[in-house]
Amino acid sequence: MKTLVLVEHDNTNMKDATLAVVTAASQLGEVHALVVGSGCASVGEQAAKVAGVATVHVADDAALANQLAENVAPLVASLMDSHDAFLAPATTTGKNIAPRVAALLDVMQISDILSVESEDTFTRPIYAGNAIATVKSSDAKKVITVRGTAFDKAATEGGSGTIEGVTGAGESGLSSFVSEEIAKSERPELTSAKIIVSGGRALGSSEKFEEVITPLADKLGAGIGASRAAVDAGYVPNDYQVGQTGKIVAPEVYIAIGISGAIQHLAGMKDSKVIVAINKDEDAPIFQVADIGLVADLFNAVPELTEKV
Amino acid sequence: MKILVPVKRVIDYNVKPRVKSDGSGVDLANVKMSMNPFDEISVEEAIRLKEAGKAEEIIAVSVGPQKAQETLRTALAMGADRAILVMTDDEVEPLGVAKILAKIVEEEAPKLVICGKQAIDDDSNQTGQMLAALLGWGQGTFANTVAIDGDSIEVKREIDGGLQTVKLNLPAVVTTDLRLNEPRYASLPNIMKAKKKPMDEKTPADYGVDISPRLTTTNVTEPPVRQAGEKVEDVDALVAKLKAVGAI
Repeated sequence: MKTLVLVEHDNTNMKDATLAVVTAASQLGEVHALVVGSGCASVGEQAAKVAGVATVHVADDAALANQLAENVAPLVASLMDSHDAFLAPATTTGKNIAPRVAALLDVMQISDILSVESEDTFTRPIYAGNAIATVKSSDAKKVITVRGTAFDKAATEGGSGTIEGVTGAGESGLSSFVSEEIAKSERPELTSAKIIVSGGRALGSSEKFEEVITPLADKLGAGIGASRAAVDAGYVPNDYQVGQTGKIVAPEVYIAIGISGAIQHLAGMKDSKVIVAINKDEDAPIFQVADIGLVADLFNAVPELTEKV
Repeated sequence: MKILVPVKRVIDYNVKPRVKSDGSGVDLANVKMSMNPFDEISVEEAIRLKEAGKAEEIIAVSVGPQKAQETLRTALAMGADRAILVMTDDEVEPLGVAKILAKIVEEEAPKLVICGKQAIDDDSNQTGQMLAALLGWGQGTFANTVAIDGDSIEVKREIDGGLQTVKLNLPAVVTTDLRLNEPRYASLPNIMKAKKKPMDEKTPADYGVDISPRLTTTNVTEPPVRQAGEKVEDVDALVAKLKAVGAI
């Protein structure tokens, strides 16, 4: 089986999310990677070095600079004449593009897979991860998104894929890019951070969130996450949200501060290796999944923790 | 212009789903069902666009069992003008739903379809994108803010790194994210009025769409259960414990 992996990148650097997808694809067959962008030659070179990648198709075109689904999907669909499975990371980029590809191919997508059981059978979470379904696809071509935390990352060195240029369908004329507000941060990205400090509604305001959570994260070199409640309340931007419909994370250590632990939040972090919970409500559901719990007022406990770690 | 809003009847988001012991699925017998939360946001956004004079009519659609009527009545009580129930007891996959919606779009000619970004039962996150592909329309997924300006719509999207704004020619498909709005509750008078609003009943066959599933679910299991660990007394004990497990 020949697979085509959508490389996640920003036209300069390949993102880690790609590496788990390569691992999933390699369990299906030969791995071909696809880099879609503009001025993205260096990403093609990085992808070619990933262990297990046989070929990298690079579509370098001004019309593809922002990876608009309307322009990318027809290109992917045309490449699927010569590939059997398309795999994208379950990131907002992958989730935007893959279903559009699936519909163009008249294929039912398999979203957010956790494992490859055979070339047509996969497991995937449903009901916010409260159930795991095994699904078998009868479609000739497969379109799949891959949960990054469920597969080991392929090595970024050791591969020697050949790089080939491909041309896209150009501008669809349906959509155009206007602007982007991307937070520039020295902090590790949530999906690849080893430690995450996450805050909830109990913080009470964006000032308190900054005052209490940020120093601890700085001290630990951690990424910062948040519950939906904290994002909805405007304490932090949307890209901090961990949960069923936000980011799915599985760091070495997840420190949940003032987070009660709604099932939608647990869905996004319960595969973390060590979960620490600090909450003043001893009956908060977060304690049912926490390895280490501290029942305390976070406004006292967290500054003290920051000082002592 | 018309706005089409697909809505899905799903397990209520406050209910903890239980897996059936025979592995055939999740037990939905006697479980509270509600409108998918993202679809409530879609209905609300359509109503706000109508209130702002950007739209004339809101049509709510649901593909599902007879009981999906209740979900449509909720949409009507919130402020949708009429409803279409495409009745089937079969489980219809996102691809099948998108095909049915594409046919309804052909008949109704809306300028905008607002879908929830995902349903909280199967968590697929596909229908809106698939519909846009089938129609050859632009798609504004995971919308945080939308603004209609003449023949186009600007959609600010929630993406992994922050926010991205795209401009789509109308007609287009938008899928809603959590921060787009806070849906209203239907008032009692509006719930009464909703009972008189028109609801068409159709079947997938009326649209000539093949909804036979492409995926077969062979087994459904509980995820591995995480055991609660221990509670520590104070911050010193927490730090000691973190060091003991090599976390810091």
